[in-house]
Amino acid sequence: MHSTGFTVMFAAAVCVACSIFVAGAAVVLKEPQEANKLLDRQGKVLDVAGLIGDGESLSSKEISARYAENIKPLLIDLATGKPAAGDVASFDQKKAAADPATSRAAPVNDAKVARLPNQAVVFKVEDKGELKGLVLPIEGKGLWSTLYGFLALEADAKTIEGITFYEHGETPGLGGEVDNPRWKSLWKDRMAFDTHWVPKISVKKGPAGSAKEDPFHVDGLSGATITSRGVTSLVQFWLGDNGFGPFLTAYRAEKGLH
Amino acid sequence: MSTLTSREALVDPLINNNPIALQVLGICSALAVTTKLETALVMTLAVTIVTAGSSMVISAIRNHIPASIRIIVQLTIIASLVIITDQILKAYVYGISKQLSVFVGLIITNCIVMGRAEAFAMQNPPVISFVDGIGNGLGYGLVLMSVGVVRELLGSGKLFGITILKPVTEGGWYVPNGLMLLAPAAFFLIGSFIWIVRSRKPDHIEEAFHVGALLELSHEGDLR
Repeated sequence: MHSTGFTVMFAAAVCVACSIFVAGAAVVLKEPQEANKLLDRQGKVLDVAGLIGDGESLSSKEISARYAENIKPLLIDLATGKPAAGDVASFDQKKAAADPATSRAAPVNDAKVARLPNQAVVFKVEDKGELKGLVLPIEGKGLWSTLYGFLALEADAKTIEGITFYEHGETPGLGGEVDNPRWKSLWKDRMAFDTHWVPKISVKKGPAGSAKEDPFHVDGLSGATITSRGVTSLVQFWLGDNGFGPFLTAYRAEKGLH
Repeated sequence: MSTLTSREALVDPLINNNPIALQVLGICSALAVTTKLETALVMTLAVTIVTAGSSMVISAIRNHIPASIRIIVQLTIIASLVIITDQILKAYVYGISKQLSVFVGLIITNCIVMGRAEAFAMQNPPVISFVDGIGNGLGYGLVLMSVGVVRELLGSGKLFGITILKPVTEGGWYVPNGLMLLAPAAFFLIGSFIWIVRSRKPDHIEEAFHVGALLELSHEGDLR
């Protein structure tokens, strides 16, 4: 039998040895992990902007190159919609929204967004210098989890190019179908705003008509009423006055869109 | 047990003493990661590495581990290895690690790893414990991969993401079997696998479990 002293010492030694290995791995591998996360995000932005063709798979170099060529991130002041000073590359909206110094409490909303960051990043999609569209980050509550994703608009700031979610914890097969490429493709060419620039797009219960006949509705996800409702709320919230409304108003004024 | 050669330690857990089919361990993750072969393969490698590594380390210090805290020491070592594996996956195969999500972390609770540490590594020298870990990881992987082949092929008409049976949604003829993508399908398949192994090797079948047998066993000191 071992003495109590030995047992305590042994436990301590095991803990120290293990923590050295774990901490070492975390430090050494941090760089490639961050790079992967960034690449994943860039791939999603390209995808939602319609810059990756169906079934096309890109290497990490191609993603970076295409992103650098076609996507211009822009840091804005969320409340005014005006460009803001700061480093776009290192901006982390989740971190900014969690820090009281760089965020404010959000007004009560259906998307259940608790805090709004003072600044946000929007992405301008360009093709050979010509503006093709905008990509806006969106987030909000579904049934179990907060969904994080992007909504892409065409250059007219109201026709939807695409939607995608890069992080969520909805039920696979039900709410998790927000990832389904076929469902996501239903969003293309529908209208985000009505003629008075009020956010109108919604996920309805049951099937919606074609984009031409029924431009303000998207098919509901069967068996996922609450996730569907959440997607409606979060899209409308971020297109609205508390989200990117001011930015979009400024954008329309600049482009002369009515 | 001391006469076990490394070849036996490696090959035995594949069929004869398969951790899933005979010991019925590690079922939970086998359900979750087998809708695609790619994730099943990465999971197999992760479990194999963790089982082998932890068995080796635990075996190396087995004579010094105080009996009163041996389980928690084993768990600490296993957990550390799992975290490191998870970090490596995140750094080098990000897409797959995203699909595996929590299941890599849950290797900690995979009964195979802990089971081999407690049942084998605590009594045997490091090298053979390492081989035993590899063998059990591969035995687990064998089941995972066979289940994965059936589920991915019938569920989405693909193998390793390459279309074999062209589904109707992409203009082909095959109507994918949606059941295969849900957890119950894995239960049916693993059940069938256990059935096949046991009908070929009748000695695997446990005697009907009743209190009498339990008492008898405990008298013989075989029950831990």
